[in-house]
Amino acid sequence: MQLTGAEIVIRCLQEEKVEYVFGYPGGSVLYIYDELFKQDKFKHVLVRHEQAAVHAADAYSRSSNKTGVAMVTSGPGVTNAVTGIATAHMDSIPLVIISGQVPTAYIGQDAFQECDTVGITRPCVKHNFLVKDVKDLAITLKKAFYIARTGRPGPVLVDIPKDVSNQKCEFEYPKTITMRSYNPVVKGHSGQIKKAAQMLLEAKRPIIYAGGGVILSDAAEKLVKLARSLGYPVTNTLMGLGGYPGTDRQSLGMLGMHGTYEANMAMQHCDVLIAVGARFDDRVIGNPAHFAEIPRKIIHIDIDPSSISKRVKVDVPIVGNLPDVLDDLQKLLEASAGVPDPKALAAWWKQIDEWRGKKSLKYKQGKEIIMPQYVVEKLYEVTGGDAFITSDVGQHQMWAAQYYKFDKPRRWINSGGLGTMGVGLPYAMGVRFANPKATVACITGEGSIQMNIQELSTAKQFRLPIKIINLNNRYLGMVRQWQQMFHGNRYSESYVDALPDFVKLAESYGHVGMKIERPADVEPALREAFTKHKNDLVFMDFLTDQTANVYPMVAAGKGLSEMILAEEL
Amino acid sequence: MRHIISILIENEAGALSRVSGLFSARAFNIESLTVAPTEDASLSRMTIVSTGSDDVIEQITKQLNKLIDVVKVVDLSEAAHIERELMLVKVRAAGKDREEMKRIADIFRGRIIDVTDSTYVIELTGNGSKLDAFLEAIDRSLILETVRTGISGIGRGDRILKV
Repeated sequence: MQLTGAEIVIRCLQEEKVEYVFGYPGGSVLYIYDELFKQDKFKHVLVRHEQAAVHAADAYSRSSNKTGVAMVTSGPGVTNAVTGIATAHMDSIPLVIISGQVPTAYIGQDAFQECDTVGITRPCVKHNFLVKDVKDLAITLKKAFYIARTGRPGPVLVDIPKDVSNQKCEFEYPKTITMRSYNPVVKGHSGQIKKAAQMLLEAKRPIIYAGGGVILSDAAEKLVKLARSLGYPVTNTLMGLGGYPGTDRQSLGMLGMHGTYEANMAMQHCDVLIAVGARFDDRVIGNPAHFAEIPRKIIHIDIDPSSISKRVKVDVPIVGNLPDVLDDLQKLLEASAGVPDPKALAAWWKQIDEWRGKKSLKYKQGKEIIMPQYVVEKLYEVTGGDAFITSDVGQHQMWAAQYYKFDKPRRWINSGGLGTMGVGLPYAMGVRFANPKATVACITGEGSIQMNIQELSTAKQFRLPIKIINLNNRYLGMVRQWQQMFHGNRYSESYVDALPDFVKLAESYGHVGMKIERPADVEPALREAFTKHKNDLVFMDFLTDQTANVYPMVAAGKGLSEMILAEEL
Repeated sequence: MRHIISILIENEAGALSRVSGLFSARAFNIESLTVAPTEDASLSRMTIVSTGSDDVIEQITKQLNKLIDVVKVVDLSEAAHIERELMLVKVRAAGKDREEMKRIADIFRGRIIDVTDSTYVIELTGNGSKLDAFLEAIDRSLILETVRTGISGIGRGDRILKV
């Protein structure tokens, strides 16, 4: 049957069992939107800014492990989407972005709403395509979905000129696809896995360092099994939170720049380190030279060979799909006659418990001013630790990561790699579409929330009962913290003046607004929001301590064990 | 250290910019880059000369392999290989310089492929240092124009880069 390009796009999305397309129409995608109008197999979510479309598709994927889909028009539609695409790229999120392009005959003519989409997005996608012939459209979309979610996942963009979406050709959606240039590995090298098993059993001071790869590959259960069978401590990266239960005794919490004392000390002083879907990010290991001062054996499991030995030399590299590799490793450990040295392990745990005794996350909540940490702790209690939490970027993000103990994967949704302010609200929208009954809270700040505040309108249209936890300290808090610590208290442009009345703002969009100014009101307000206003979007504006800083802290360029602790100040 | 990296890549629009963009985005160094289709027109063969520590070269090959269009990557300099570069030099060749220029071109096994009464175009093939040596050997003031292709390379014997 002959179909137009636009019809082919719709049919491909249906074949891929897409549930939602997040997007914004415009000139170059009009044919596609016209066909979208005529079908009801998937829904379209009209956002208020293309950046939010990509963020929402991104969080839809993060919270469900399905591929997110966004659709934007040419020119500014694409350039607005770039921040969203780069955000997803840095955190390896599988997305397919469909963009309109000016008609093929106009490409390169500086046409209205033309930009070099493939050129602009090339460095921030896993791959991209410009479809110049309608005959290539179906196979290109098939490739896009295949590439996005296999191997190390990532966003794939398909740029479709307007005339291509109006030309006709025979439609057949390929069932499978093979590409000679793209064959992601699955199984890890058995010899390497054997070495890893041996090394793990001989460890005296082991640590399991688990990252976002555990979440992305749905390997959390297997990781828990491995950790429990060995009895080894586990630390999670910011992206890996929930990959190992945060309330478990073997969990040391998050490591890195704002990680716990015990996690960072254990990471620094271990003798065998197994990195599981993590990439030794600069925010994780601090100064690599300092990290390398203590000799230790490193095992690194990752789907992406280029993540291995990039920042830290690795002794046993294992390239493969995490669940497969963890299965193989588990089998070898179970078949092995050896067991971890109980004496050494007991001594190691004794040391770790001493570090834990520092209680590096403690803070003081007085009677007058609300501490931001207190709000997150109370949110944890009120939601029973079972909510989906999105965050923006800054101090509130770190407090959310530190004080909300994630026990399940895909519950903590934030921009770890790119650190994009403004993701919180569109992320909460995407989460809610993927999990229609879930409790969703967005922990944000008065700086970040204003970067995509227009999405309150989308949330209204789709009746999304998101709870916005605005930790409002009237400062760009993380910037202020760095200025206080490293720039002689010169608070250059970090004070946020002329803030809106967030309560009235929320109400003007038809939502519920609350302003909370006293510590005693925090818990009752949260309870009210999550019970009485269960089905409403509630914007909770918490006026918090303006001087609160995030601790512990490993300053840039310092080593992991050189943390600044709150009590030392 | 200097490495010669050979790549087989899908011969698609934008393939070259994916490679060159990767090098600039990750601050890898390119000394030269050549590219042309192979006997199979759907594939292009690229030769990149780069310098860097072993760690950097390892990252370069891994990052190149990660590009979706890249079919194969080989570091030619890891084993026996041949490298060649083509240079065309336009020189002033008048009066007493004319005979001397011809003589030096012969010594370097160069060929004169264009002649006017005052100029020669000399074609020269070899590894980079041979071409450098030729430019050193002639009077610099007589060089009107040079154009070099950059290094192409191939493995010796059984070393074959093919799909």
